[in-house]
Formats: sequence, C-alpha cells, structure tokens
Amino acid sequence: MTEILLSVLIVSAIAAVLAAVLVVAQRFMANYGECGIKVNDSKTITVQGGSTLLESLSQNKIFIPSACGGRGTCAYCKVKVLEGGGPVVPTEEPYLDAEEKKNGVRLSCQVKVRNDLRIEIPEELLSIREYACTCTKIIDLTHDIKEFRLELKEPAEMSYIPGQYVQLFSPAYDDKEEVYRAYSIASDPADKKYVDLVIRLVPGGICTTWCFEHLKEGGEVRINGPYGKFGLSGSEAPMIFVAGGSGMAPMKCILHHMKNSGNKRKTTYFFGANQVRELFYLDLMKEFEQSLDSFHFVPVVSKPGDGEKWEGETGLVTDALRRNVKDAAGCEGYLCGSPGMIDAAVKVLVELGMPENKIFYDKF
Amino acid sequence: MNSGGALTQALVVAFSAAFTGNILLTQFLGMCPFLSVSRQVKTSLGLGWAVVFVLTGTCMINWVVYRYVLMPLNLEFLRFIMFIIMIAAFVQFVEMVLDRYSPALYQSLGIFLPLITVNCAILGACLFMVIREYSFLDTVAFGLGSGFGWMLAILAMAGIREKLKSDKIPAGLQGPGITLIIVGLMALAFIGFTGVLSGN
Repeated sequence: MTEILLSVLIVSAIAAVLAAVLVVAQRFMANYGECGIKVNDSKTITVQGGSTLLESLSQNKIFIPSACGGRGTCAYCKVKVLEGGGPVVPTEEPYLDAEEKKNGVRLSCQVKVRNDLRIEIPEELLSIREYACTCTKIIDLTHDIKEFRLELKEPAEMSYIPGQYVQLFSPAYDDKEEVYRAYSIASDPADKKYVDLVIRLVPGGICTTWCFEHLKEGGEVRINGPYGKFGLSGSEAPMIFVAGGSGMAPMKCILHHMKNSGNKRKTTYFFGANQVRELFYLDLMKEFEQSLDSFHFVPVVSKPGDGEKWEGETGLVTDALRRNVKDAAGCEGYLCGSPGMIDAAVKVLVELGMPENKIFYDKF
Repeated sequence: MNSGGALTQALVVAFSAAFTGNILLTQFLGMCPFLSVSRQVKTSLGLGWAVVFVLTGTCMINWVVYRYVLMPLNLEFLRFIMFIIMIAAFVQFVEMVLDRYSPALYQSLGIFLPLITVNCAILGACLFMVIREYSFLDTVAFGLGSGFGWMLAILAMAGIREKLKSDKIPAGLQGPGITLIIVGLMALAFIGFTGVLSGN
C-alpha cells in the first residue's frame, strides 16, 4: 500500500518539479523583451518579442496581405527585412528567388521577432484598415448593376488614391462560405465619410449575390483597404479612358478627383455597353463635360435593342476607338473592365501608336 | 580502482558505445529519424548534435534520479515512466534553447526535434546504463559515446545518400529501400570492430 502511494507521490513530485523548471525557462528563455520594428525608416512600433512579424504587425494595425493565415504556404506576406531578420529559414526557401533573397525579402509569417528589426513594406499597406460601415443607400443603375453607398463608422474616414479598390466582406449565408471580394471605389474622394461601390450581379457569384439579395439599406458591412496601384499618372499627357460595365467605378472616382483639383488634362472616355439600357450615370457624365475643361464622354452601344432609340456610337468599344482616335502616340490609356475588353483595347491602342508602358489597367 | 583507472574505464565505455556497440548500427535503435532525416549532411549534422546533447543530458539526469530517488526508495520499477518523463521535459527544454539561439536549426529539424523525445535510442541508452550498472563518469562517457556514434552513423549515411542522388537506382529500391540496404552494409562494417575491446 505504501509502495503505491509512494510511487504516485514520487512521480507527481518529479513531474511537478519538471513543469516548474519548464515554466521558468519559458519565462526567461522565450522572453525576448520589447523589440522595436522600424518601418520604412520612418515610424517605429514597439512589440513584445516572440511572435511572428506578421502577427506583430497586424497587432499594430499594419495589415500585410495573407491568405493562408501564417502557415507559410501562400507567400503573399512578403516584406523586406533589412536588419535583424536572421537567416532565411527552410520553410521560406521554396518561395524566394535569388533576387529576393539578395534584397532581404522574407515571408513575414516565418520571421520571428527576436530583436530590433528594420523592415520595408509598400507605403500603401500602411494606410490599410478595416472599416465597419452601414449601407445607407442602394440605387439601381441598370438591370444588373447597383450602386451601394456605404457610410464609414469605425474608423469614420478613409483617404485613398482615386482608382484604388477596397475588399468587401461577404459573411456566410445559406451554404456559401465567407469571402472577401475586391471592388473599386466610385465615390467622390473629397467625401471621406462615404465609399460608393458599383457592383454588377455575377450569376452564381457568392459576394455579388449577397449584396443583391441579402444586403439591405441600413445593413452592416465590413470592408478593408484601400489597395491597388491604378490611378492617374503625374504627367500632363492627354488621356483616353476605356471602361465597360462596373469598370465605370474607378473612372467616376478619378473624374470627381479631376474636378476637385481643377485638372485640365484633355480626356476622352469611351464607355462600352451591349444595349442602351445598360448605360448609366449619363447625366453625371454630362455634368463632368461641363465642369471639366476638356472632357468628352463617348458612350458606345454594340447592338441597340429593338425599339431602343440610339444616335451615338455603335459597335464594340474598340471600333469606336479606331474611329475617334487618330494618333494615340502622345496619350496615356486608362482601362477598366473585363479581361477580354482590356486585352482587345490594349491591342488597338498599341496599334494606334500608344506605348505599352503608358497603358494602365485594372482587370477584373 | 584509482582515478586513472576510472578514467580509462570511462574512455573504454565511450569508445565501445561509439564503435563496437554503436547504438544505431549494432543495436538498431533510433532508426526512424535515421531513415527520414539522412538526406542532407547539413540537417543530419544538426540532428546528430541534438541527439548527442539529449542523450548525454538525459543519461546524466536519469542516472541521478535513478541512483538517488528510485533506488533508495526501492522504486526501481518506476524507471520506465520516470525516464520517459525526464526525456520529454529535457527535449522541451532543448527545443526552447534551439528556438532562442539557433532559429535556422530549429526550423530545419522541424518535427524531428519532438520526435527525439520518443526515440528508442534515448530510452535505450538510459536503460543500458542501469542494466550495466555504470558509475556517473561511465554514464557521461556512455551518453557522449552513444550520441557521437549515432551522429557518425547518420552523417555517413547522409554523405552516401548525397552521393547517390545523381545515381540511377532501380525504381523499387528508391528511398527507404536502398537506405536500408546501405544500413545493412554499414552494420556489417561495424561488426568488424567486435573483438577490438575484448581484452577489457
């Protein structure tokens, strides 16, 4: 009997001692203290060492894109670690090429913060936030395109470069999982309290179906952003805009911005639709034609339906480009729409003399 | 036995643990990581050091626990569970040390570091030390010798496998097949050491 008790006692005692040793070791060994992360040589954030760079940054509201959640499989979370990152670990090897290794590119989910770090991340990532919004208005623009006006609640304002997009969170419904989808901002950038999205219903699309059937005026919406590099160049060259369907969104935003800033660049905007009933924002475009010095809007309808009265350009948007643009050599092109439309338009613009590096586009 | 004799005795124990009684090639203990982590010399070296460290450390600690806790209380039958607990805790500790001071090694050993915990080579060495009634000095020598013997074996294997990478191996033998054959040949070679120490 005593033997049994003694055995239990001894095993428990030794286990307890070992546990205590491990706890103490954890406390002192795994304690890296406070570490400073210097971001882009400007601001320094202080974090508790020991967790990954990705986690540390997101705790400090710097959102690095990551699809796999830090498991080291998606390679989206690449950042430049200039100092203090230690050697590249084997789990990163497959995702980094020689050039990236030379430049100190690392997967932020695999880099552990053990000491002070100096890192470099794209400037635009610094302003990415998550916003809680209320959908205040839903407007039917065409039979399958709606405008959603989102009022920003927390944070209450967003600054972005006209042409950028946000990601809209679509919660799980029916048998659909939750997803994020990207939509360009269509609103007037001067109005920082609101974000307007122009969304076309994609048959079977998870997020667009949620927006069209489940989201009501007054409903809660979550977005994050802004993302993207699409936007006006700093030059004074004349511009040709080409868009179709909901590709209208970034163009509208850019036009608002041009109006606000008194931009005088010569601009021609070709907007393609299949039928007359698919055109929208026509009144707004007229207003822009009046308020902007040299802006011209050219709606193009490929096949006006029976009984539809149409006196404007007909055919594909690329046909209209050929007819109206004689020489595109000194111009810049801004394109937004389906990949098919963009590829066709790029081809035509290049034929018309536009250098390919002067063509900017946002494919979706 | 004078101190010089004890030292000689310890050296003999270490030598025999590394060569004549190589824990891997003559006892065939610790095969799992031996087969799976022997693709690169670099990683094998890391794992080898981990085994040396864990083996020596656990043998020493377990010797103390066995001698001063279990034996006085006549609880020798608890040695299995006690040794396992000690090894588990010790490996946890090593993991923390590696994570702190050698992150690259920590990452490259990956799953195998915790695997050392349940490695039969470690428990085997601890039990041998009890069965053979080693002194503390002998135990340290035995742990070091066994660890280095294991490391020697895995390094040799990794070197051979790196050379084999560019060779044509029949499809059916690729991977574990050819590795086991090589282990067999290496074991045969190590049998050659038998008798070297028979005089002692």
